[in-house]
Amino acid sequence: MEENEVIGPKSRDRDIEGNKIYRFLKLNSFDELEMDYTRSYLSPKNYFLPFKEDLVTYSLQDKGWEQEINYTIHPRVIVGMRACDINALLKLDQVMLKSAYPNPYYFARRKNTLIIGLDHEPLEDCFCKSMNSDTAFHGFGMFLTDIGDKYFAAINSDTAFIILNRFDAEEITDEDRLLFKAEKKKIELKFKTQVNITILPELMDLEFESEVWKKWGDKCLSCGTCAMVCPTCYCYGMEEDIDLSITKAVKRRFLYSCNLLDFAAVAGGHNFRPDAGVRLKYRYYHQFRGFMEAFDQSLCVGCNRCGNACLAGINPKAVIDDLIETETK
Amino acid sequence: MKYLGITLERPKIGIFDFTGCEGCQLQIANNEASLKDLFGLVEIVNFREISSERRDDYEIAFVEGSITTDSETARLKKIRKQAKILVAMGACACSGGVNNLRSRFSLPETIKEVYGEHHIDSGPVRKLKDIVPVDIELPGCPVSKNEFEWLVRNLVLGITPQFPTYPVCVECKQRLNSCVVDMGMICLGPITRGGCNAVCPRNRFGCWGCRGPSDEVNFESLMEIHIKRGFSEEQVVERINFFNTFSGIFK
Ligand code: SF4
Ligand code: SF4
Ligand code: SF4
Ligand code: SF4
Ligand code: SF4
Repeated sequence: MEENEVIGPKSRDRDIEGNKIYRFLKLNSFDELEMDYTRSYLSPKNYFLPFKEDLVTYSLQDKGWEQEINYTIHPRVIVGMRACDINALLKLDQVMLKSAYPNPYYFARRKNTLIIGLDHEPLEDCFCKSMNSDTAFHGFGMFLTDIGDKYFAAINSDTAFIILNRFDAEEITDEDRLLFKAEKKKIELKFKTQVNITILPELMDLEFESEVWKKWGDKCLSCGTCAMVCPTCYCYGMEEDIDLSITKAVKRRFLYSCNLLDFAAVAGGHNFRPDAGVRLKYRYYHQFRGFMEAFDQSLCVGCNRCGNACLAGINPKAVIDDLIETETK
Repeated sequence: MKYLGITLERPKIGIFDFTGCEGCQLQIANNEASLKDLFGLVEIVNFREISSERRDDYEIAFVEGSITTDSETARLKKIRKQAKILVAMGACACSGGVNNLRSRFSLPETIKEVYGEHHIDSGPVRKLKDIVPVDIELPGCPVSKNEFEWLVRNLVLGITPQFPTYPVCVECKQRLNSCVVDMGMICLGPITRGGCNAVCPRNRFGCWGCRGPSDEVNFESLMEIHIKRGFSEEQVVERINFFNTFSGIFK
C-alpha cells in the first residue's frame, strides 16, 4: 500500500432502486475495497487508456521548442478485476502492443500494473460466457475465487507470489480444491443471458441494410456513453493546446466513440456517417465482426456495461436477438 | 508577446455587459492568477469590472447579457460596428438565457410586479443574434473561465476555435461520474454541447442545458427515457425551455 498505488472497486452514489454504483478508484486503504461489488459502472480500462492523456508537452522558446515525453508510471496494483475485464485487456494488447505501431504509453501502464482478479457470480445480464470471456487464463498476477471464509488464489507472476507471501497464505488443501471446483461450477450454472454469436459475422454481413439498425438508431442519443464505459473500445481523438502564457503546449489524446456525430467527419466538412443508426451499426460491426476479421475473436467480452449504461436501453443482447429474428423470419 | 520567436499582435479587446447577472464577466475578472497572462496576450481597453479606462478602439468585443431596451439595441449596434469579431458571451447573449423566463408572462404585468408604478424602459428579451450578426458564441451560464481563455488563445493565434460537437455525457464519463438519470434525476446532458466538464452531474445535479444543443440532438429519445423513469412530458419540456438555448430546434 505504501509503495504502490492501489486501485479497486469502490461505491459512490446509489441508483434509484438503492443499488450501489461502483467504479474503480484509487484507494487510501484496503478497508475501502468493496470485494462484494457487483459491476463497475465504467470498466477499469481508463487506467490503461486514460480518457485524457498528455502525450507530449512542449516548452516553447524564442527559437524552436523542447519536447518532453514521459512514459514512466508509478507501479500500481488493481484489485478485483473480473475475468471479462482481464480478457478485455488481452484484446487491447493485440491492438496496442502487437500491432505495427505499439503504443508505448499503454505498454508502460500495462507493465507496471499488477492485476489481482476476482471471480463473481454473474449478474442477470452478463453474457461473457457467450463471448468466451468468463474465464481468464493469463493476463493477471493473481486471481482470487471466494471459497467461503477464504480466497483461492491462482498465481501467475513472481510479483504476485512475493505479495502473496506477505499475507498469511496457506497451502491449498484437498478440501479447498473441492470448494473451489464447487464455486466454479456454481458460477457457470448462474449464467442467464446468452447471445448467439456463432453465426454473428455472417449475420452482420447479411443484415447490413437491416431495418434493425434504423429501429435502434432512432433511439440512440449519439452520446458515446457505450464506448466510454466499454472495456475494449479504444478509439481516440487528438488535440493540441497551448497555455495562456504561450510558453507551454501539449499534444493530448482523448478517448472518443464511433457513435459520436463527427467520428467519421473529414476535413472539408463531409461526414461519412451522418446517421445515428449507421454509426450504431458500425460500433456493433467493429465489436462483433471487424475485430474478428483481424484477430479471430470478437472485441466484445460480454460485460454488458454498454447496455447497462445506455439510457436509451440499447444493448448487444437485444440488438443481436433482433438481427437473428429478422434473419429467420 | 512572442510565440516561437514571432512577435504576436496583442489584439485590443472590450468586454461589455447588457441585461444579465455579470456572472460571466466575474468568471473572467475573478481569476487573478491568469489575468496577468491574459493581459500579456491581449490589451483590454474596455472592461468595467476591472478598470475605469474606456476606449473604443477594440477589435474583439465580448458581449454579455441579452438586449431588452432600445438604448441597449443602439449600444450593441455601435459595438458591432467597431468590432471585427463579436463574441456573444454566455447564455443570456447567445439565447436570452434565464431572462427569457420573463417572456412567458405579459410584459406590462411583469414590470408592474417588479417595479410597481415606477416607469422603466424594458422591451422583450432578445439575444444578440436577433439584432446584429454574431461571429462566435461562447456558451454557458456562466461561461467557463477555461473556455474563455482557450477562446482568447485561439483568436490571438489565428486558429478557428472548434467547440465540442459532442454532448455533456462524454465529459461526464471522463470524470467517472455516476449518471444522475440512473439516480433518478432529469438530465439534459445527452443533448447539450460538452465543454463544461460536466460540472452539474459532477455535483449530482442534472444538466439544464445552459450550453445549448450539441451537434446531434434526439429530443424524442431524451423524452422517452425520462418518461420511462416516471417524469412527465411537462417536466422535461420545462427543463428544455429553461435557458431558451434549444429554441428554434425544439418544437
Ligand atoms: S447506444 Fe446508447 S450509450 Fe451508445 S451512443 Fe447511443 S444512446 Fe449513447
Ligand atoms: S466499437 Fe467504435 S468506439 Fe469501440 S473500438 Fe470500435 S470503432 Fe472504436
Ligand atoms: S460492447 Fe458492451 S458488452 Fe461488449 S465489451 Fe463493450 S461494453 Fe461490454
Ligand atoms: S449524468 Fe447526464 S450528462 Fe452525465 S451521463 Fe448521465 S445523462 Fe449524460
Ligand atoms: S452540465 Fe449542463 S447546465 Fe451544467 S454547466 Fe454544463 S451545460 Fe450547463
